[in-house]
Amino acid sequence: MTSTTLERTTAPAAVGAGIVDCDIHPSPRQGGASLKPYMPRQWHDHMDQYGDPHNGPYASVYGFPRYMPGTARRDAWPENGGPPGSDLDLMRSQHLDRNNVALGILEPLGFGTTARNVEYGAVMCAAINEWQIDEFVDREPRLRASIVVPQEDSAASVAEINRRGPDRSYAQIELPSLTLEPLGRRRYWPIFEAAASFGLPIGIHVGGPTGARTASGWPSYYNEEHLSLVATMQTHLTSLVLEGVCEHFPDLRFIMIEGGIAWSISLRRRLDRLWRTMGNETPHVRRPPSEYMAESFYFSTQPVEEPETPAALTEIFEQVGWDRVLYASDYPHWDYDDPNYAFRGALPDAQANRVMRDNALGLYRLPHGARAPGEA
Amino acid sequence: MSEEQRPRRIDCDIHVGVPAMAVLLPYMTDYWREQFVSRGIDNMELASYPPKSPLACRPDWREQGAKPGSSLEAVRSHVFDGLAVDLAICSALYGGQVAMSEYMGAALCSAVNDWVRDEWLEKEPRLRASIMVPAQNPQLAAKEIDRCAEDRRFVQVLLLAANELMLGRSYYWPIYEAAQRHGLPIGIHAGSMYRYPTTPAGWPSHYLQDYASAPQVFSAQLQSLISEGVFGKFPNLTFVLMESGVAWITPYMWRATKTWRGIRGEIPWVTRPPSAEVRERVRLTLQPFDGPDRGEQVERLIEQIGSDDVILFSSDYPHWQFDGADPIPPGFPAGMVDKIAWENPLNTYGRLRESLQ
Repeated sequence: MTSTTLERTTAPAAVGAGIVDCDIHPSPRQGGASLKPYMPRQWHDHMDQYGDPHNGPYASVYGFPRYMPGTARRDAWPENGGPPGSDLDLMRSQHLDRNNVALGILEPLGFGTTARNVEYGAVMCAAINEWQIDEFVDREPRLRASIVVPQEDSAASVAEINRRGPDRSYAQIELPSLTLEPLGRRRYWPIFEAAASFGLPIGIHVGGPTGARTASGWPSYYNEEHLSLVATMQTHLTSLVLEGVCEHFPDLRFIMIEGGIAWSISLRRRLDRLWRTMGNETPHVRRPPSEYMAESFYFSTQPVEEPETPAALTEIFEQVGWDRVLYASDYPHWDYDDPNYAFRGALPDAQANRVMRDNALGLYRLPHGARAPGEA
Repeated sequence: MSEEQRPRRIDCDIHVGVPAMAVLLPYMTDYWREQFVSRGIDNMELASYPPKSPLACRPDWREQGAKPGSSLEAVRSHVFDGLAVDLAICSALYGGQVAMSEYMGAALCSAVNDWVRDEWLEKEPRLRASIMVPAQNPQLAAKEIDRCAEDRRFVQVLLLAANELMLGRSYYWPIYEAAQRHGLPIGIHAGSMYRYPTTPAGWPSHYLQDYASAPQVFSAQLQSLISEGVFGKFPNLTFVLMESGVAWITPYMWRATKTWRGIRGEIPWVTRPPSAEVRERVRLTLQPFDGPDRGEQVERLIEQIGSDDVILFSSDYPHWQFDGADPIPPGFPAGMVDKIAWENPLNTYGRLRESLQ
């Protein structure tokens, strides 16, 4: 084994005007109770009595128990008693200020999208969407919200997108990766149509409610479940290209968040080869899959690949395309990528600027009249 | 080129096709023969390889009216002559491996193994075979391994990639115990019992997507074998990942090793990184390659795998993975061809060496 000691890199130093972080997780201070003010009264009892059942064996904890409380850094628990990600001041001091974050995209997890009862899910999504604005975006101009939708009910999702879409406090639509069906299936197309109408990108974040984690059933360990999330990303990328979503919505952009990057290189070759031999099954896919991938998809860095030689990471970014890679921290989670230490070996200055900031600025819409970070 | 100079090649993954259920009936008990005949069960091709799909047979290898890979003459001319292969390990992917009933599965696997022995191994001395087993019942699978292993022309045990449970689970360990006892590697071949959706996010619309997703379940199974401690429990067992695509393995190694560093306390019996297990205990058949086609990039891929012992030469005949007469992908280092086509197969399949003595 070669040494795996992390070395300080020059990447953030090259980004004097601030970085963009595509993956920050906010949490309600009192869990679901914090969302009640945003929910019709009739659903309060439902939340208390039935909650938001996951498709898993336990009533209130995840089927694959995480390896640390709250899936979080142990130093990210606020002194005031809320969960990690619930205290804006701590988020500022631990991450936004410390790492010169000029723009951070909030990715709330686990509220609304995981509900098997989509009616309840729609209420929860609406609540978490408003809550993000009140608790974070209105108080911290460096943060933007995500529109969370009950993705298995496309009509309710479209209604929620139409309600939030005009507000430029929202930077993207967020979907979970453990959906009932691959995201290219027709049931999800109304969501894409609504997204395209507002020029909002779709962020697909690993995790979510449903299903056996592999084509061979359920694994035993978090160590396996963690890896299976990569497969969900491969599924959606494949599906969005081959079901014709990229062809039909050429301006829509997808951000693959927290699912890794390097695998997309061999998958790209595999899809191109299979398209050449069996593309007659998908005649609506007019060009080689790699061409759609290069236009429609972005990949966030965390948890960044750690090849044994640092140069290999640069080569991965090079092959995926320097214009396709977006820095993400995953704050406050345990596998947080500190921008000062995450990348083994320095990224070239010009490319570091793209990964740490510029690519994201070209992708997310900014508030009207707002200047991009670093803009004079 | 003289016979001595010609590169020697062992093709570690070719497929022979069962033309119809009728050829298997002579190898069944009266009960099962009556069942298949009276119920009109004429054929049990796998959904993983629809026989008329382009993938199932390369166009220039397809013979009108015949199931892909079902003709010995075709295998002689396409594989041994056409691809200049000296020995080939064949697998018949058929019915029993995916049967809903474990007893029907066992009956079909036994019949296929006997049919392969009589119709292929007896007639073509350059062929070796995989033992088909009903993984639906690991005890019956172990019995089938014991039954077939006496014939030294059976050189590995074959499982499909997607089963009823993850392959690391202790449920399957009787299969690994039997394989290790007989010195047989476990080949895990692309294909699914279709008990679960082909992806963790449900069913895609197209066969193309099912097949494209194969590396997902291979990486999940590798992670299962490692996490459940199979490599430690069966120290002399090698796992050959067949038709998995090769190039997915390096991203897997990076990801799995990084995660293991963070949470290995959950699986304390795994005392070394997944990348080390891959190098020592896992082999990958060459086709499909899914790797780069430029020389220096291919060399870097092999450097990143970290061992030149891992890849085994294969054509995946008659599946359509490449065109032309050479399964070696463009850009593959010429100096490594002998290694993957001869040394690595001999080191992986202990029984192959016997035939050279």
